[in-house]
Amino acid sequence: MKPRQKRFVYIIVAVAAIGLAVGLVLNALKDNVSLYFTPTQVYNKEAPEGRSFRIGGLVEAGSVKREADGLTVHFAITDLHKSLPVVYKGILPDLFKEGKGVVAQGKIEADGLMHASEVLAKHDENYMPPEAKDALDKAAAANAAATGAASSVGAASAVPVAQ
Amino acid sequence: MIPELGLFSLIIALCLAIILGVLPILGAARNNAVFMGVARPLAYGQLLMIALAFAALAYAFLHNDFSVLYVAEHSNSQLPSIYRFSAIWGGHEGSLLLWTLLLAVWTAAVATFSKHLPDEMVARVLGVMGLISVGFILFMLLTSCPFDRLLPAAADGRDLNPLLQDPGLVIHPPMLYMGYVGFSVAFAFAISALLGGKLDATWARWSRPWTTVAWVFMTCGIALGSGWAYYELGWGGWWFWDPVENASFMPWLLGTALIHSLAVTEKRGAFKSWTVLLAIAAFSLSLLGTFLVRSGVLTSVHSFAADPKRGIFILSFLVLVVGASLLLFAWRAPKVGLGGKFDAISRESLLLSNNVLLSVASASVFIGTLYPLFMDALGYGKLSVGAPYFQAVFVPLMIPMVFMMGLGPLARWKKMAVPDLVQRVKWGFAAALVLALVLPLVMGKMLVLESNKWSPMIALGLLMAFWVIASLFISLRQRLSGEGSFMLRVSKQSLSYYGMQLAHLGVAVFIIGVTMVKGYETERDVRMNVGDTVMAGGYEFRFDGVTESEGPNYVAGVGHVTISQDGKVVSELNPEKRQYNVSGMPLTEAAIQPGLFRDLYVSLGEPIPESEGAWAVRVYIKPFVDWIWAGCLLMGLGGILAISDRRYRIHRKAAEQKSVAGSSDSSSVVYNTPQEQAS
Repeated sequence: MKPRQKRFVYIIVAVAAIGLAVGLVLNALKDNVSLYFTPTQVYNKEAPEGRSFRIGGLVEAGSVKREADGLTVHFAITDLHKSLPVVYKGILPDLFKEGKGVVAQGKIEADGLMHASEVLAKHDENYMPPEAKDALDKAAAANAAATGAASSVGAASAVPVAQ
Repeated sequence: MIPELGLFSLIIALCLAIILGVLPILGAARNNAVFMGVARPLAYGQLLMIALAFAALAYAFLHNDFSVLYVAEHSNSQLPSIYRFSAIWGGHEGSLLLWTLLLAVWTAAVATFSKHLPDEMVARVLGVMGLISVGFILFMLLTSCPFDRLLPAAADGRDLNPLLQDPGLVIHPPMLYMGYVGFSVAFAFAISALLGGKLDATWARWSRPWTTVAWVFMTCGIALGSGWAYYELGWGGWWFWDPVENASFMPWLLGTALIHSLAVTEKRGAFKSWTVLLAIAAFSLSLLGTFLVRSGVLTSVHSFAADPKRGIFILSFLVLVVGASLLLFAWRAPKVGLGGKFDAISRESLLLSNNVLLSVASASVFIGTLYPLFMDALGYGKLSVGAPYFQAVFVPLMIPMVFMMGLGPLARWKKMAVPDLVQRVKWGFAAALVLALVLPLVMGKMLVLESNKWSPMIALGLLMAFWVIASLFISLRQRLSGEGSFMLRVSKQSLSYYGMQLAHLGVAVFIIGVTMVKGYETERDVRMNVGDTVMAGGYEFRFDGVTESEGPNYVAGVGHVTISQDGKVVSELNPEKRQYNVSGMPLTEAAIQPGLFRDLYVSLGEPIPESEGAWAVRVYIKPFVDWIWAGCLLMGLGGILAISDRRYRIHRKAAEQKSVAGSSDSSSVVYNTPQEQAS
């Protein structure tokens, strides 16, 4: 092969390799990204149906119930305005507690419950998962906007501030 | 008083670092021997000052000085003293100080072990490291000073996160940081080579041992972290593709590419620009990793409170480092040239392909880790990228990589005829293939796995591992067969050759571990009453209840689980559920009975309310899981073997002899080329 042809082959191979890698990445991203929603958003039917997503908020006080098998747990995740019932079978993380921040991943099934495949609580007592905090902030802001809207149009500027 | 002294020495260290970052580089440019000469003393002075600052913080921790804010937030008088010491790096400020200390250690090490290097080179390398140090000390002083006072002083501290009260966490961060910071040496060498315009085989030979040492530390650091997650988080997993794990994995992947590319640059003079680019990228990712982890931008176990001021400083520093070095690269690289030519099938081309694959793998991890951050910043909402993404991308990239890893050491430099290469490997590959296909069908009984199970992934994983081992044997046979004494030929091979093979064997062992644990693990979450039994993987686990016990700063429920096989008691495990006194945080402490072929793993979930002492219990059988860390250990040992190679020492001796002989021109030292690739 002449040097020019050779270089051409190298370039083709390189482009093919990069193309393959990009394809892999995009394909994997498409299937494995899960979006976050707040309980209010789920209540407003913004969450996808039949697809797994994440929800953040607090474990509603008094909502944790165990089935007789000792492993299936029912609880509700709340943003203090709306809440979503969740069922999870398995061992919960150490820091799972009523009134504390939590993130759950799962699907809403026909029974209207979220069947969680994963429940996360963070590894520090005082730490709130940002998604949970975000849900609380959004709900609080939306609520403030809803009550304020009657008197002032400018209430829409109450943009939720997420840290 | 002591903390103020610490702060004071930190400020002096900053001044020294600034002079170190300016004068020697200027001196190298103007050929001013005095300016260049200050580099070494400044490097030692900087180390002394930062060591003093570190000692001051250590003193505050050991003496429970809760008038220091950082101590009050991360320690407690009940804490055992070893954890009071390791609490120094239990938070953001202290880990930065540790980072800076290690950077000063590396700088001083370069100053000490560079007697054979030309003065301009030493001046530039130390200067660049001084500049990095300036960035870090400034970051500490401006945004996160560990010596800030808390007035009035707290009566007692808030305690160290219980997860961090573990021997593994005493050594994991320093190890990992040694790796992160070590890549700064490779980076500094690359930058000074660009500045000096001399990128040649000598430059590669100088930076090789440094890069390998950093890589060894990083390998061990990551392995320790993974081991810690395995036994401490109580989930039985060893890698979670957590953002923080990824942050250390990205520079590791690039560092792996870098040590291979440096080898080519040294031996063949090829890949020069690529090597420089890798050195820059590896260090930039180390910086990104440190900052991502410590700034709290990414949520994970490791992140601490976020402070916007920190984020901005970090971003500016990163942009400055990456931008400046890339600019320098764009300016100087055309002069560097491409180096030796090689054919489409040759050892060079195989190494290059693997370099590309490792870099692409690193990039794909990068995308997965930072994608949520970008999407959030752009206002597309919050999302998360799960572990399946990383597996889906990473595994397909690693399969060709491991295949070529087996071919590489067997191929000749420059040019290799394909039929010749095929001839060399065909029996080895066939043997690996047969073993990989048949073994899963028969090994179940032998290794006490739950059953014989054949799946494509298991066969593929085993094929990869056996292929690497087969290639190792072929290579050894080629090198060690021939006329004359066998022992002589064994001792004639260079240590770096054995190091390389040992590290590759480590990869094979690692792959076996991953394949087996993924393919055959058994996990059971069960509710157990006192006296209940559960079967898993041929073992019977009997739950004998939970008793109370008291630790130095916690109370624990200690579970009693008796494990028997075929009616014979194998072991009793005592998993704990601890409650720490000060923070009130609960913690699961798994109990593990390790073994060559399987780990038995039990951890306590939670007590079942309204029952008589029943608990939710996790019972795992993890076949071959320890092979994962054994593989990492072998890789690390391989690295150590490679840098103890004779030629790095001979080289130094030759330089010493020269300087004794009164020659001032140390850049022309004679270099003994080891006999390379006999075949």
